[in-house]
Parts: sequence; structure tokens; C-alpha cells
Amino acid sequence: MFLIKCPWCGERAETEFSYGGEAGINRPLDPCALGDAEWADYLFMRKNPKGAHKELWNHSQGCRRWFGVARDTLSYEIAFSYELQSGPEEA
Amino acid sequence: MKKYSAFSLLRNAISYNRSWQKAWRSPDPKRKYDVIIVGGGGHGLATAYYLAKEHGVRNIAVLEKGWIGGGNTGRNTTIVRSNYLWTEAALLYEKSLKLWEGLSQELNYNVMFSQRGVYNLGHSLQDMRDIERRVSANRLNGIDAVVVSPEQIKAAIPLINTSANTRYPILGASLQARGGVARHDAVAWGFARAADAYGVDIIQQCEVTGINRDGGRITGVETTRGAIEADKVGVVVAGNASVLASMAELRLPIESHPLQAFVSEPMKPVLDTVVMSNAVHGYISQSDKGELVIGAGIDAYNGYGQRGSFQTIEHAMAAIIELFPMFSRVRMLRMWGGIVDVCPDACPIISKTPVDGLYFNCGWGTGGFKATPGSGWAFAHTIAQDRPHELNAAFDLQRFTSGALIDEHGAAGVAH
Repeated sequence: MFLIKCPWCGERAETEFSYGGEAGINRPLDPCALGDAEWADYLFMRKNPKGAHKELWNHSQGCRRWFGVARDTLSYEIAFSYELQSGPEEA
Repeated sequence: MKKYSAFSLLRNAISYNRSWQKAWRSPDPKRKYDVIIVGGGGHGLATAYYLAKEHGVRNIAVLEKGWIGGGNTGRNTTIVRSNYLWTEAALLYEKSLKLWEGLSQELNYNVMFSQRGVYNLGHSLQDMRDIERRVSANRLNGIDAVVVSPEQIKAAIPLINTSANTRYPILGASLQARGGVARHDAVAWGFARAADAYGVDIIQQCEVTGINRDGGRITGVETTRGAIEADKVGVVVAGNASVLASMAELRLPIESHPLQAFVSEPMKPVLDTVVMSNAVHGYISQSDKGELVIGAGIDAYNGYGQRGSFQTIEHAMAAIIELFPMFSRVRMLRMWGGIVDVCPDACPIISKTPVDGLYFNCGWGTGGFKATPGSGWAFAHTIAQDRPHELNAAFDLQRFTSGALIDEHGAAGVAH
């Protein structure tokens, strides 16, 4: 079980959180301009890397806010959590 | 290949078992192959076998980074069934089940396929409506399926708790009597031995590190044992599909998740069928050794670590004890995880790719074992003919662009 650091509530057990998948997939700003291939890419295609991964978590049993986590998908080591507004740069 | 038989058993017993032939060779890789299969699990070995047998391809290599059958083939809970809701999926899994039924004879290798029946339990009115619908759909597709009542379940499985006084009462189930279990290691070994007899080179400890292309056409692969040329490359690597796809700059709609399973200490026979429940999320059977084989659900997060979180095990165990209160005193012996490649629609991809001569077979998610022979059969056809068979035409990578998804995930409620 992971110990995940919520930026607002601090470190809590994984069972308090829900997983939201790959981070940084932004909804298209001009949906009407998208073709089938771009929609498929937005909806379904994922990087799914073996190693460093930026992903979304929601503190669903706590403050219910979304935030980003940098985690290694092979070692499962969590590097840092970040607020989505400020981006993953601040470690 | 020397045939296994009662006579060979006797002859080798007389010679103190010193003259058994090796089940397969361990050749060094050649410079060039007609077809390279990346991934020496059940699906990859089956693909190589059917390529040689059905399509007459002789110059084939199977490259495996570890040892054959050491990945998900040896980590699953060995359930075989074909009671899928949608026609596309049902026909593919039914083809596989038909191959299972003759597999031990065909491979001259006992895969211990045991058609002991598979029960999928329903715990709510909606579950039962879905089960009625799925059973009807199965029968229209020529697949055996019946709806059974709690009384019939209790008569067949005396240990199960069918009382109404539970959190998730059992209201009924679907039963596929032709479903069952098989010995997973034997499936890999049997296909390996039969493929080797056709001259397929099975090369273990050989990891693919790059996919070589020349102007949109495959030319071979880079491996830890040097570059190998090939006219065609079929990739069937389960949880690592996205890693291989990125080597060819392809994007896949796949996320890799840990899936856990565990076995108990061996016991006297207590359960002679397979019981699955999607609502409480556990599935259980008893192996021929006497261990209870129990599977959990996937962990929600992406992971390649072949291990998952504890609460997922606890959840599955709670479900099993809800169904079989007696098992609360059984001690668990081993637990492990495998990495499954999950598609958004929980259906596989058996497909050509934008790279000429490169084929992908992936996305089997949590239910690939049952499809082992059928997957290999369809993938071999796709590679040999450079076009899908009608059984796997709907499982093209293009369906994520066209929107023609095969929505097994929600509708059938099939876990594994």
C-alpha cells in the first residue's frame, strides 16, 4: 500500500485516494476541429511508461481535491506530489 | 520429437529415465528469420506453433527475455470459458475453447484441461437480468450456457453460502459446463515442444531492445544477443506491450496494471468447479494439488512491478469468505502479481500496425489465459496472410479511431 502525500492534508494511506490515470492530458480547446485520429489519441492512447510517470490522484476520502503525483511505475517509488495549477516542476 | 505414450513411459522407466529427449532445443539465434515472435508466453508459443502447422512457415524464432511461461502464463488462475456477451468476443473465445478441447491430443502433451464448469454468480436483480441476457446471447452463438437457481448452486457446491442473510445474497448464476481450468505451465511447455518439433527456434534470455525499420517497413529487431533480421515481427508481450510499441513509435490504448492472485495450503478436494463473482470480485477453484486458487481484481494504478497493494488482496479474500465462510480458517501459502495490459473496452488487439510487417497481439487484460490457443491461431493467420482472419477482424487497432469498440467491460460484467 502506498503512502501518498496530499498537498493539502499531508501523507495518508492509499485507501483514501482514487486513481485518475496519466496526468497532463488536456481536453481539446477546439473540439470541432479534431478529426477521428486526434479524438482517438485524446480519449484512448496512453504513454503507459515503464518508469517515471506523472499521474492524477484524488483524495476522495479526504479533501476530495485532485493533484498530481510523480511515481515510478516499476519501483512504485513516489518522488513528489504537486498541485495541478502550479505544474509538476516544483519538486 | 519423440512421442509421449504409455509405451515410452515404460521404456524410459526400464532405462532408469536416462534417455528422455529434451522437450525443446536451445539454439543460438540465426542471422535472419522469416517471422520473429517477441514474447515466449503461451500466446507467443501458440502463435509460432500455428504459424508452422497451419501456414507452413518454417523459419521462425520466438524471443523471450526471461524463460518461457515465466510471465503471465505462469501467474494466472487458469480459468477457461467462452461465455462472453458480444458476438465478436464470444466467437473468438469459443474458437479457443474448441481448440482447448483437443489440445492435449494435438500437442501430445497433457495440459490437464479439466471441463469442470464455471459458475458466474449474480447477487442482485440487475445481475440476474444481465446473466439472463448473456446466457441467451451465448446460446444464440452456439455456446453452452444455462441459468441456475440458488438451490441448484447449493446442490452442486455444498460449501457455498446461499442464505439470504448475507450482504450480497446469491440469487442465481450462469453455468458454462464446458468451461474449466487447465495447467498453465503445461500449456507453455506443450506448445514449446510442439513448435520446436516444427523447427521453431525458442530463444530464451533474449530481450528485444529495439525494433528496426526502413521507411515504414520492418527489418528486424535489436536484442541483448545482437541484431536479428526478420521479414515479419509479431509482438505478443502482455503487460509490456506499450514498451515495445514505443520502440516503433506507436501509441497504444493500453495501460498496464498489477493483477494479484494467491493459493492456499493444499487440502482434500472440497471444490470441484470454478466459482466467479463480479459483484464481490473474487474467483476461486481448487487445483489438482488441492490448493485453493484465488484471484483478485486489478490495482487501479499503472504498474509494471509484478506486485500490488494489500487492500486489493484483502478485498478479494473478503469476497471469498463471504461466499465460503468455511475458508476463513484456510491459510494462504503464496501470493504474487502479474502485469496485465488493459484496453479501454476490455477486449484484445490482434492487429496489423502502421509499420509494414509489424503485428501486435495485446490488450488481453485480465483474461488472456483462456484465449491462449485461439489467440495464437488468429494471430498466426494475421501474420501469415498479412490480413486478419474474420474471427479477429473486429479486434483491429483501428477500432479506437472508428469508435467500433467491443464493450465487454460493462455489459458482460466479465471479470476474467
